[in-house]
Amino acid sequence: MLTVSAVDKTFFPGSPNERRALNDVDLHLEQGDFVTVIGSNGAGKSTLLNIVSGDLHPDDGTVTIDGRDVTRLQDHQRASFVGRVFQDPMAGTAPHLSIQENMAIADKRGTGRWLRLGVTRAKKRRFAHELAALELGLEHRLTAKVGLLSGGQRQALSLLMATFSDPAILLLDEHTAALDPQRAELVTRLTEQVVTEKQLTTLMVTHNMEQALRVGNRLIMMHEGRIILDLTEDEKRGRTVKDLLDEFEKTKGATLGDETLLS
Amino acid sequence: MTIAVELGLIYAIMALGVYLTFRILDFPDLTVDGSFTTGAAVAAISIVNGINPIVAIGMSFVAGFLAGVITGLLTTKGNINGLLAGILTQIGLYSINLRIMGRANVPLLGEDTAITPLRAAGVLGGPLGISAFALLSIVLALILVWFLHTDTGLAMQATGDNEKMIRSFGVNTDNQKILGLALSNGLVGVGGAVIAQYQGFADIGMGIGLILAGLASVIIGQAILGQRTILIAALAVILGSVIYRVAIQIALEAGLNPNDMKLISAVLVVVALILPQAAIFKRRRRKKAADGDPAGAEEPPGAAAVTADAGATRPTATTPTENEVR
Repeated sequence: MLTVSAVDKTFFPGSPNERRALNDVDLHLEQGDFVTVIGSNGAGKSTLLNIVSGDLHPDDGTVTIDGRDVTRLQDHQRASFVGRVFQDPMAGTAPHLSIQENMAIADKRGTGRWLRLGVTRAKKRRFAHELAALELGLEHRLTAKVGLLSGGQRQALSLLMATFSDPAILLLDEHTAALDPQRAELVTRLTEQVVTEKQLTTLMVTHNMEQALRVGNRLIMMHEGRIILDLTEDEKRGRTVKDLLDEFEKTKGATLGDETLLS
Repeated sequence: MTIAVELGLIYAIMALGVYLTFRILDFPDLTVDGSFTTGAAVAAISIVNGINPIVAIGMSFVAGFLAGVITGLLTTKGNINGLLAGILTQIGLYSINLRIMGRANVPLLGEDTAITPLRAAGVLGGPLGISAFALLSIVLALILVWFLHTDTGLAMQATGDNEKMIRSFGVNTDNQKILGLALSNGLVGVGGAVIAQYQGFADIGMGIGLILAGLASVIIGQAILGQRTILIAALAVILGSVIYRVAIQIALEAGLNPNDMKLISAVLVVVALILPQAAIFKRRRRKKAADGDPAGAEEPPGAAAVTADAGATRPTATTPTENEVR
């Protein structure tokens, strides 16, 4: 479904600040895969997501979605295959538009936008039905401006908007990190629910290793622009956060050793 | 005073264009000073050459539309700062306007304009004249409101509101900005065309400083009526335009010189921009925000939502249950 092959990305090439964010990364996701991505700050997790979404373009390598090479497409051109939820709860919705208007915009993902009214009675009914599944009472506040919602409500709405036109790929960039534990739990539960229900191919970056182990059917760990660990559902089962940390220390130690030897 | 009201209603067409860029796209567009005159010039020359005055207004819309496209291309494809892009088009248009008119002033004396029937019926300067112009500006406002509620219009609103979000839903924000600027300047061109016919001439200097009148109308009107919905906001612009013209009329009658007009306009805009920051208005806006108007909220709407979430919104990474890879 999603294939990232031999992707390189270097920031500020040729300057003293040069940073190799992705180093020959290969990743393949099957239809319905739910992959969690962990790694330290600067490991390249967000860069990987941004390469898939089209915010960034790789220096080298290709990105293929559903058999189609999208490497050169802009972010808005890929949006018909890619749904996204950002870390910032404010980023995924338009604050001055109402809930129903935001949903009408999301509803038109990947289709032409012309001069038909954005919000119709039939759509309102459908939106209310979709919102009811969030169990936040938003279905009674269709005309409320989204700017008035709390961070958790906005993130739940963003998730709904990102998924309800069934994108080929769903990208979640630490989308629960800015929420308090309770709301993070709610949004995580909603995420699992919608991904399972719609069989979405999902790539989720998280800082929370416990969550990374619990959610999804595959886990990858990144370090210094490479994928250093790739666990299947079976391998993931039974592992603890401590196992992951040990694994990480081992790899880190190894790379350090290599560098010491080489220098 | 009725003349001032009529003028206010005609200039409201231009102010609606300014509203579209300034409020919806969040883009202060200085093209207006040039495209208003372009609209007037195109209409005047067309009418002098025997073209139907209504058709001439349509041509002015197209001329303004094209001017907006140029500013849009400069700022999106050329990556030129929005204010500068508007100024560049505006300055360039000055020469183009002179080319269109062939001289600095084109009189429409004795020509049949769209205003001629009203003048012949003797309704100008009376309640019927005011109704006619009110009808014109309200109809245009309603068309604008309808447009902003279509799929394209919602995408345009979101472009001015949250660019990252609307791009993630597949909208090319460059195209939205170009279209918005084009429609805005199209309206401004129509305003110029109607003013030229109303006052009986087009003049190369008629657009100078007009962006201030547009901004003042938007700000004054929305300070009074608010902008809870697009409909209210658009009607507020018309009200603001009328108030602005009446205020200028009063200032002139109080003995100020017509040469002081620009200074009066500038002071009016400064007052309109600063006054809402006064403590007494802030309190009113807070109340409005509680009533469901995020635009009236003191902080940016997002910030308000964060504080409402009661301190718990910061990343959970600091909580002991989390384990960050270090």
